[in-house]
Amino acid sequence: MSSLVAEMSSKALKLNIPLSVQLDLTYRCNERCIHCYLDHDDHGEMTTAEIKGLLDQMAEAGVFYLTISGGEILMRRDFFELLEYARARTFSVKLKTNGVLIREKEAARIRSLGVEYVQVSIYSHRPEVHDAITKMPGSLEQSIRGMRLLRQHGIHVIMANVLMRQNALDYSGVKALAAELGAQFMLDPTVTPMMDGDRSILNLNVDEAALREVFQNEALVGNVEEFCAPPLGPDEEALSALPCSAGHTACYVSPYGDVYPCVQFPMPCGNVRRTKFVDIWRHSPQLNEVRSITLGDMPSCSKCVHGGSCTRCPGLAYLEGDMRGPSYQDCEKSFARTGVPSENLKARKASGSRAHIQLIQIQGLQPASRPLMSEVSENASLSA
Amino acid sequence: MSDKRYIARSTAIAARVLGDEMMIMSATDSTLFTLDELGTVVWEAADGVTPLEEIVANEVCTRYDVSEEVALKDVESFVEALVRRGLLFLSNEPIRQTNPQGDSA
Repeated sequence: MSSLVAEMSSKALKLNIPLSVQLDLTYRCNERCIHCYLDHDDHGEMTTAEIKGLLDQMAEAGVFYLTISGGEILMRRDFFELLEYARARTFSVKLKTNGVLIREKEAARIRSLGVEYVQVSIYSHRPEVHDAITKMPGSLEQSIRGMRLLRQHGIHVIMANVLMRQNALDYSGVKALAAELGAQFMLDPTVTPMMDGDRSILNLNVDEAALREVFQNEALVGNVEEFCAPPLGPDEEALSALPCSAGHTACYVSPYGDVYPCVQFPMPCGNVRRTKFVDIWRHSPQLNEVRSITLGDMPSCSKCVHGGSCTRCPGLAYLEGDMRGPSYQDCEKSFARTGVPSENLKARKASGSRAHIQLIQIQGLQPASRPLMSEVSENASLSA
Repeated sequence: MSDKRYIARSTAIAARVLGDEMMIMSATDSTLFTLDELGTVVWEAADGVTPLEEIVANEVCTRYDVSEEVALKDVESFVEALVRRGLLFLSNEPIRQTNPQGDSA
């Protein structure tokens, strides 16, 4: 993170401002990806007017970064009306799409509306692999066509590659495809549970050997020695540190108006159809509980040697039954990265259980009723 | 053509007040800028129809203990820097913008 972005985040944290929001416009989708964490039926999406009202409220609350995602965003007929409305309220907008429905007209319109970047999900450079994951014949070809059009209009495109057993060998090919298209490549090695708590899709996650190979790939992680260095254990500063931005400077809003700390942290905190966005942000007991947790409050992680360097996701921990507990998937990643087992993995090994994980039934998914100026540039890469 | 100068915010930007500062991001290259309190005053007054000299007299000199001459010089160099980065438009005619990309009529 650049120093100016870090400074802004720190200031937002101090002022209790939701700097970043992901807003899913719909869960409907034209693809049926095998690893998707969503249910694709429409349970009563917010109307155009409701979303515009929410955008007004979010601008007033200080939201700067707005990620518009889904489902497939272009399944909403009012997508461009909403995007134009958001840009007129000067959000920095990022779009997530599968790119299938992007033609010349859509690419030109996205360009004219000045979005920061468009992220397109690509699972393989081989149609037989990608299309088998999306369950949509021809989808790779159509997504690539969409990305080419976006690039021709000079739009920053990120090619996001979720790693799973089905495409474990293909990330180098996807990276080469991204380079050919002039897109940025981003690899995500984690398949997450479904929003309703169903964990069956976790068996799509790659095994430890494949994870280790990714973490040892210099082209992906940079300095391998540094990236895979043995952990030093949390120091005093780490123990008082906040786990991540979820609920602190960021949150997620579903197509039904439900507010969660993050898209991967499905703990209902309120609904914008019943309560003003800013009131949920400031006064939700759930968000305030999330905000109160530091590493020092986590019984297992605070004693773990990975405590200061782990990518622990509080949302995944919540889905495992305890948001103050470890996230088994992140324990596995820390082990694959360094070869050093976490406290949680050691305890599981000692008790002989691999993963006695509690199923959490998620509620709230039903329809709700200085000098003047300084500067920096931003970048992103591996999401580990 | 008048001898007055007008400034207007580009709409190819993202912007938000954060405390006493303004965050601005260029939509063309994602460069992030922050403006301090005085910069924010000028930015918010850049409506395309109020002459620059009026902005200095009414918005800057009324808030800060500074002469119009000194303030105008400071604001001119600030405006110049923002124009160079495509964040502001400067014209001898009033500027009317029509869409979020910043096209002006």
